[in-house]
Amino acid sequence: MGKPVIKPVPKIDNILKLKLLANQIRQDIINSLAAAGSGHSAGPLGMADVFTALYFNILKHNPKYHFWEGRDRIVLSNGHICPVLYAAMANAGYFPKKELQTLRHYGTRLQGHPHRSTLPGLETTSGPLGSGLSQAAGMAYALQMDKKKNRVFCLMSDGEQECGQTWEAAMFAGKNKLQNLTAFIDRNNIQIDGYTEDIMPLEPLADKYRAFNWHVIEIDANNIPAVINACNEAATIHEKPTLILAHNIPGKGVSFMENDYLWHGKPPTAEEAKVALAELKAWRERIIKDKD
Amino acid sequence: MKSINKKAHLVGNLYSKDIKKVKTRDGYGKGLVKAGEKNKNVVVLCADLSESTRSEWFQKKFPERFVEIGVAEQNMASLASGMAAAGKIAFMSSYAAFSPGRNNEQIRTTISYNSWGSKPGREINVKIAGAHAGISVGPDGATHQALEDVGLMRLQPGMVVIVPCDDVECEKATIAAAETPGPFYLRFGRADYPSITTEKTPFKVGRIEEFRSGKECTIVANGPLVYEALIAAKKLEKEIDCQVLNCHTVKPMDGKTLLAAVKVTGCAVTAEEHQWQGGLAGAVAEFLGENYPVPIKRVGVKDRFGESGNPDELFKAFGLTADDIVKAVRAAVRMKK
Repeated sequence: MGKPVIKPVPKIDNILKLKLLANQIRQDIINSLAAAGSGHSAGPLGMADVFTALYFNILKHNPKYHFWEGRDRIVLSNGHICPVLYAAMANAGYFPKKELQTLRHYGTRLQGHPHRSTLPGLETTSGPLGSGLSQAAGMAYALQMDKKKNRVFCLMSDGEQECGQTWEAAMFAGKNKLQNLTAFIDRNNIQIDGYTEDIMPLEPLADKYRAFNWHVIEIDANNIPAVINACNEAATIHEKPTLILAHNIPGKGVSFMENDYLWHGKPPTAEEAKVALAELKAWRERIIKDKD
Repeated sequence: MKSINKKAHLVGNLYSKDIKKVKTRDGYGKGLVKAGEKNKNVVVLCADLSESTRSEWFQKKFPERFVEIGVAEQNMASLASGMAAAGKIAFMSSYAAFSPGRNNEQIRTTISYNSWGSKPGREINVKIAGAHAGISVGPDGATHQALEDVGLMRLQPGMVVIVPCDDVECEKATIAAAETPGPFYLRFGRADYPSITTEKTPFKVGRIEEFRSGKECTIVANGPLVYEALIAAKKLEKEIDCQVLNCHTVKPMDGKTLLAAVKVTGCAVTAEEHQWQGGLAGAVAEFLGENYPVPIKRVGVKDRFGESGNPDELFKAFGLTADDIVKAVRAAVRMKK
């Protein structure tokens, strides 16, 4: 018996299917947060469409072979939005979906912030903000050194653009023309203490990255085709890393959470979860009727 | 030389004023080149200090495997982590005051914890080299004199911490770090130190080597203080029979050897170019306090910052010489009941 030939899982191109998956991931996020009793709600819901596009359309990966050398890498820098990462991974088949209910519990593989060696399929450990872009750039640099084609996707928050290290990494990636690196900024304008532009103005973010020799794409990140198109565009850019400025609505899909920074760092209560799930299920019906 | 452990294969002219003095970091440079020759996955990152850390020696030989980071130690730590996750054995070089001085959290999260619990073959192979550690940096002054780095690194689960006693040992430690999975911290100073070991001197990660046998007091030293300890033992030879242990690996501590030693001698002196709390002294005192309490005296920097000066005068001013070890040995022996 030789080594098994590992192939990436097939991509899902059907937008309706992807929308339904994103809806399912949102429901799973609400359920796991309610079971956890702590954690972040708004960020994961806002980024559900990006994670759906990545795990089901863009990423070259195979959940059965976590360490497959041919895989693309996902580096979640803002580890606190891990409920969306976990929900996407479970739906992609990395681990049983029922395990989502163990989020943040003692003995779980789904740590409050992701730990690489605890859960197969995670590429990094993250939580303290500002380190992910460096790790992703390190991976991209090493892969480029070995003339490999794998892509590295880094997901950052907008708040962590306040960290100096983010810009150290941006400088390095620009200098070294890491075309295999695509970074997202989860641009939802909120952080724990309030709105980003009140806490520490970040704009003009796109111009800042351009000045660091990055290709920049701005998208509505709650629009799955826009996410897919941006990732595909990034793949065609030579000699520059790409930044996707992913404008999204924090809390997307749950009316009382949308755009409210108070939902950045707390989970829904059991009652709130019921309401949230009802809204998400109603949204699912609308998707099926192709009205949304 | 009668009490020098023959198996230690130290240089023949150990007590001569003409003993060869070499920069410990030269061993790092040589070790990097050898490690790079042995394994093509070895890469070296440096934060704008390639000449003085000797990373340059690797750069000249393997330019395609050398990564210049610029003055960005936090980025360097996490980049090294990313490169290691992609299969590299990443050495990262800077001054200890900046790395691990500045990037402690990045080392903690993206290197140590990231590697913690990994399956064999999936460890994060980052090897941190803290150069210009200790007060012997000299004229640059306290900002550049890392005195707490061993303590910082020793507190991180899974981190191996090595403080080589000279250039020859530093080369061996560098090669061993490349060949042993997981995160390492290698620490060495700037100045010329007596080159006391030879190619034949045994070196194994995690093992204390007895350089001198003795029955009345155990001196546990690392870095340049190993030489000072040997000189102190020689000065005391007609008064107190001192054993000298080279404890290059502060973590994991070779408790077995340490225990066997103090069971005979009944007291210990630690000697290091570091704060006298948290580093080697801390490691030895914690272990012995729990397993076999004996009187311990510590030679180290006494909870203060450094200052400018020449290495020799600073060693004197900060109480890190052979004479200071002599005094500590006498005090430790007096404390024995």
